[in-house]
Amino acid sequence: MEKQIHIEPVTRIEGHAKITVFLDDSGDVKDAQFHVTELRGFEKFCEGRTLWEMPGLTARICGICPVSHILASAKAADAILAVRIPKTGEMLRRMMNLGQFIQSHALSFFYLSAPDFLLGWDFDPALRNVVGLVQANPDLARKGIRLRAFGQEVISRLGGKRVHPSWAVPGGVNAPLSVEDHQWFLDNLPECKDTIRETIDLFKTSFDCEARGVLGEFDSMYMGLVAPGGKWEHYEGLIRIVEQDGSIVVDGHDPARYSDIIHEASEPWTYLKFPHYVPRGYPDGMYRVGPLGRVNVCESFGTPEADAALEEFRATASRCSGKVFDYHYTRLLEILASIERMEVLLADERILDPRVRAEAGINQLEGVGIHEAPRGTLIHHYKVDENGIIEKANFIVSTGHNNLAMNCAVKQIAKKYISKGNVTEGILNRIEGGIRAYDPCLSCSVHAVGQMPIQVSIVDTEGKLQRTLTQE
Amino acid sequence: METIKLKIDGRDITTEAGKTILEVATENGIRIPTLCHLDGLEDVGACRLCIVDVHGQLVTSCTTQVAADMEVLTQTKTVKEYRRMILELLFAEGNHVCSFCVSNGGCELQDLACELEMHSVRVPYAYPRNRIDATHPQFLIDRDRCVLCGRCVRVCAEVEGAHTWGFAERGSAARVITDLAVDWGAAESCTSCGKCVDVCPTGAIVFKGASNAEILKDPDLVARLIERREHE
Ligand code: SF4
Ligand code: SF4
Ligand SMILES: [Fe+2]
Repeated sequence: MEKQIHIEPVTRIEGHAKITVFLDDSGDVKDAQFHVTELRGFEKFCEGRTLWEMPGLTARICGICPVSHILASAKAADAILAVRIPKTGEMLRRMMNLGQFIQSHALSFFYLSAPDFLLGWDFDPALRNVVGLVQANPDLARKGIRLRAFGQEVISRLGGKRVHPSWAVPGGVNAPLSVEDHQWFLDNLPECKDTIRETIDLFKTSFDCEARGVLGEFDSMYMGLVAPGGKWEHYEGLIRIVEQDGSIVVDGHDPARYSDIIHEASEPWTYLKFPHYVPRGYPDGMYRVGPLGRVNVCESFGTPEADAALEEFRATASRCSGKVFDYHYTRLLEILASIERMEVLLADERILDPRVRAEAGINQLEGVGIHEAPRGTLIHHYKVDENGIIEKANFIVSTGHNNLAMNCAVKQIAKKYISKGNVTEGILNRIEGGIRAYDPCLSCSVHAVGQMPIQVSIVDTEGKLQRTLTQE
Repeated sequence: METIKLKIDGRDITTEAGKTILEVATENGIRIPTLCHLDGLEDVGACRLCIVDVHGQLVTSCTTQVAADMEVLTQTKTVKEYRRMILELLFAEGNHVCSFCVSNGGCELQDLACELEMHSVRVPYAYPRNRIDATHPQFLIDRDRCVLCGRCVRVCAEVEGAHTWGFAERGSAARVITDLAVDWGAAESCTSCGKCVDVCPTGAIVFKGASNAEILKDPDLVARLIERREHE
């Protein structure tokens, strides 16, 4: 008899998700679906509002990623004003985004994910979190917490208390960098660099290539922005898509024309859409974004230590890794790269220039803002009328791009760890881990909020509930 | 000028006849919340937030003159409760999502909500959906944030003399309009002086191009202009 196992929702990710595992008659996994079950519909809210409100309005899409939305929105608005923002404005936006990379990646690694693999997948669920990590490895946990705090401090020093609504504005940013804050960044970067060096060392000695297969491995394409020369890029750049073997599918694609190559499919069982690469169709046009995507598409980071670390990673993984677990590895590499990029920005005296904002009216009726958010490529696309009133808004958020891949990962792990209907908490947690590796932000992706305790429902072919397991 | 005596909140006060309760209270350091009142403009008693108790009756202090032996109470339970309800109605009538409003942090309506400890709105929201009029090259009006205080109407007529702004309709359909309800950008009488932007207490009339919480208003402008004119 066919059974369904529901895991609901995935703990320690933001938003509300539910997983259904379909078992066949013999109790083996037939299929798995990752459902996102809430929708708030920000695209509709934006219609009729003004362009100038968009950064602050779209910042509210998500309490986790406001910075990413502010930047994408401001970039889309720049395109509508048809301005080239002052160099310093761009540098400060880059600083902000790097701060966001550091805090978001550190949160994902030290708070959300490391407890699974540093404490063990089958560790007591009540302690398989940052509290347990503090008890087991207080030094690492403390450093991780401080690293994240640094990223957050960068954001709040740049954006001020009102970082949410008003810092990045159409045309630039609304305040220059102060000499004191500049110095504070310089003073605090070295400790962060030490922490990340140490963490990368610990990570690579703890998990060899084989151990990194724990969450599955599969082929897909990868997408990300790259700078000229194929360098890793987070703020500007052109779209590149590569195959699993690293060969180039698309290169130098103008991000403003993303819709030529990316379409979004819908399914009735989830609110999260399925972006895919158009020429391959749906669902074959699956690609992955985020840390693994960016690392796989780029030739190099362009900074010495990150490049050395990248070389070591590639030595164990081939040109492009397909391992889900390597999201964690590449997240750490990106923290290192972000710190080095910050050093470069801070050493450039232009960063203290007071000219940070260009003023202009509505010069174009359509604008696309794309940049790399920690979780992957983020797209804001607006159409406005002559007066700057939004007529249409489209968002493709990072988590959406990975939707096909997350479904794929869940199915693969379920197949590996569930057999003959045998299900334990540790196995369920690995499925969650498979999703968590992508660090999905579901509050972003469907604009949903809220969490509940985990609920596992086992349903038979007639839809009758056989058993319910709950986890606090 | 005739001198009179009255009591405000139990305090004996000596003042001149012809002044409003609000004026006298303010002169004596007694705070009465206001919204439509603005120094330099004619008082019209539009918002009703400045109500006080005079011998058991609720009156608007901005339009009621002091009288001999008057006993005014500014902080009774009823007065406070009514003020709060008026404020709640103002919020319920519009769409006030402060978090992405240009005026966030510098809004007189928002300040009143804090001052009067308005923690929730007990009446259903109307969720109006007025079109934002951004047809003027420098300014825009979001009528969903308008509280019908009439400051724009008065400053435009009394100080600028352009008479661009006016009221149209009644009751819940009431709204401010430019010229004969044409788009602001097409209102020929508008001199683009920007005074209405400076005096609008909320995020209804704002400078185009200002982003969230970038409020740049100057409601004291009117009082300064009037003072300078008197010096001429
Ligand atoms: S006008 Fe004032 S109360 Fe209304 S949304 Fe804006 S800040 Fe809030
Ligand atoms: S637009 Fe502003 S000033 Fe004019 S009535 Fe409305 S709230 Fe008052
Ligand atoms: Fe998010």
